Amino acid sequence: MPLTMFDKVWARHVVAEGPGGQTLLYVDRHLLHEGSAAAFARLRRAGRRVRRPELCVATADHYVLTSPGTPAADAEIGTMIDALSTHTAEQGIALFGPGDARRGIVHVIGPEQGLTLPGMLLVCGDSHTATHGALGALAFGIGSSEVEHVLATQTLWQCKPRTMRVTVDGRLDPGVAAKDVILAIIATLGAGGGVGYALEYAGAVVRVMSIGERATVCNMSIEAGARCGMVEPDATTFAYLEGRPFAPRGEAWTQAMAYWRSLPSDAGAVFDREVRLDGAAIAPTVTWGTSPQDALPITGRVPDPAAIAEAGRRQSVERALAYMGLAPGMALTDIAVDRVFIGSCTNSRLEDLQAAAAVVRGRRATIPAWVVPGSGLVKAAAEAEGIDRVFREAGFEWREAGCSMCVGMNGETAREGERVASTSNRNFEGRQGKGARTHLMSPAMAAAAAVTGRLTDVRTLGG
Amino acid sequence: MQAFTRFTGVAVPIDLPNVDTDRVIPARFLRKPQGSAGYDRFLFHDVRFDADGSEKPEFVLNQAPYRSATIVVAAENFGCGSSREAAVWALMAYGIRVVIAPSLGDIFHQNCFKNGLLPVILPAEVVAGLRRQLHARPGVTMTADLESQTVSAPDGGARHFEIEAFARQMLLTGQDEIALTLGYDARIRDFEARHRVEMPWVPTR
Repeated sequence: MPLTMFDKVWARHVVAEGPGGQTLLYVDRHLLHEGSAAAFARLRRAGRRVRRPELCVATADHYVLTSPGTPAADAEIGTMIDALSTHTAEQGIALFGPGDARRGIVHVIGPEQGLTLPGMLLVCGDSHTATHGALGALAFGIGSSEVEHVLATQTLWQCKPRTMRVTVDGRLDPGVAAKDVILAIIATLGAGGGVGYALEYAGAVVRVMSIGERATVCNMSIEAGARCGMVEPDATTFAYLEGRPFAPRGEAWTQAMAYWRSLPSDAGAVFDREVRLDGAAIAPTVTWGTSPQDALPITGRVPDPAAIAEAGRRQSVERALAYMGLAPGMALTDIAVDRVFIGSCTNSRLEDLQAAAAVVRGRRATIPAWVVPGSGLVKAAAEAEGIDRVFREAGFEWREAGCSMCVGMNGETAREGERVASTSNRNFEGRQGKGARTHLMSPAMAAAAAVTGRLTDVRTLGG
Repeated sequence: MQAFTRFTGVAVPIDLPNVDTDRVIPARFLRKPQGSAGYDRFLFHDVRFDADGSEKPEFVLNQAPYRSATIVVAAENFGCGSSREAAVWALMAYGIRVVIAPSLGDIFHQNCFKNGLLPVILPAEVVAGLRRQLHARPGVTMTADLESQTVSAPDGGARHFEIEAFARQMLLTGQDEIALTLGYDARIRDFEARHRVEMPWVPTR
């Protein structure tokens, strides 16, 4: 029977079929961050040890400040970072901590280090873990209890999700980025459309994407409700991985390649649901509301609740517009922005910074704008290319690696009422700070907003 | 984990779809240990309280009949977004033991099971009907029975719900899942031996 890639990777990791349709799955790689503290503490209280510490890697990203030279905003936040150091040292787990050049956002450093590999089952106590699916890994986010379970047993009980293939045909117009593709997908599926599904992204548009672009797409699977999303590994994947610090070498590489080449979904494999989008129809996209599904082409207008027949949806749009401080029918390009954030596990890789810098070069930011690289190595690579100078000379703040203002756990938040053009993944109420208003977009679009001070179609800026 | 068999309590309707876990508990509270003093106040904090800590009267849990709510009847995709288990901890600190919805965020759904909070999935029109009844008779109670897999509506109607058999058993017994899995140790060891041969290239460290 023809199998999907998801089915193949799932089958390879079945330890046991449990009672009641649950499957015990083996975890090849467990990524940890400061948020794992509660799970470590419960493990310790129960007198349990980490079963396979060598399959865990930890990094400090959520709580670390990204202003150079300052480790933590306050004592309580400092405690979170210290707890990670203590727990990982106790359990013999490798940590990319403060001061380590490899430290960075957990979903950036996994692929960067070759810790994430195709056909692997990878988990992390973070909902954006699907990012690692860009390399053909089966990767999904888990809660704190599940983190504790994986630490203790290296396994996880799961119900097999249904499968959905999202095919993006054709080709993208110039100025249209991977971020626009995933925002268009989320707008199509809806914020809950992927609940209970494992996604596979396919089609000509995805095929020509770099690993970083695929990471941007897979990253936001959860914003359509899906815990995991993956792309079949191909020549792009293999070229990306070869020579990475933790990637296999020599004989091991050859053996791994044989498995990796067998991973793509078989011709005739049946998905529970198929969705198709035309890549040529996707424009630079921004969100206007408080759910990632509230996405529209930048050429569009803020929706009018009065035109929505269904009462629940109408109220939800009314509430979003009130929170966002927007009037129905106004052109998206008339929305003035107070601040720009370029970063997050969605868009903080070297190519994201390159795309933003290309827009910024020779121009100036008219509003406060931050660039937060995804890892210490991304930062160093960007500096080697002089990208930091492009941003600095344009008046941007060039910062240290971390999650920063995507989630604000480290205290780096926008002020109440401030409107942020952001390359992050969530525009929820209060996500970037209490009362902060978030518009999601690509790095190039965020750079354009920084230059003009309003939401801007990057295609109209010209060279 | 707290076991769950049968529970009766005041039910509160939450009509907004796609209630994300950032709304259930804002990120700045995630560094507070589970169960620390005032944890119940973190629940829906920024839509429930003003900057000075006073209640926003329009928020449903601040309205007299719903203050003592222990059952949430929500709209689709409740608990979407962040994997923060603190969303479940905050609901439980407030006293919530049951969440009924047409769909739940996948990670939130699993987190409910791990803490003894019963997630009940029912068709959208059924849940909308329940919310209408709760609006019509504020402060009315409902019952969720995991043994019989039924929810009793305020109008007396009983609704059967489906639930994963494994999760149901764990909830009914309140069993420690890690202890159960450690009972599979021989199977895990066998798997590891086989896996090392099949995928020897999986990096360690």
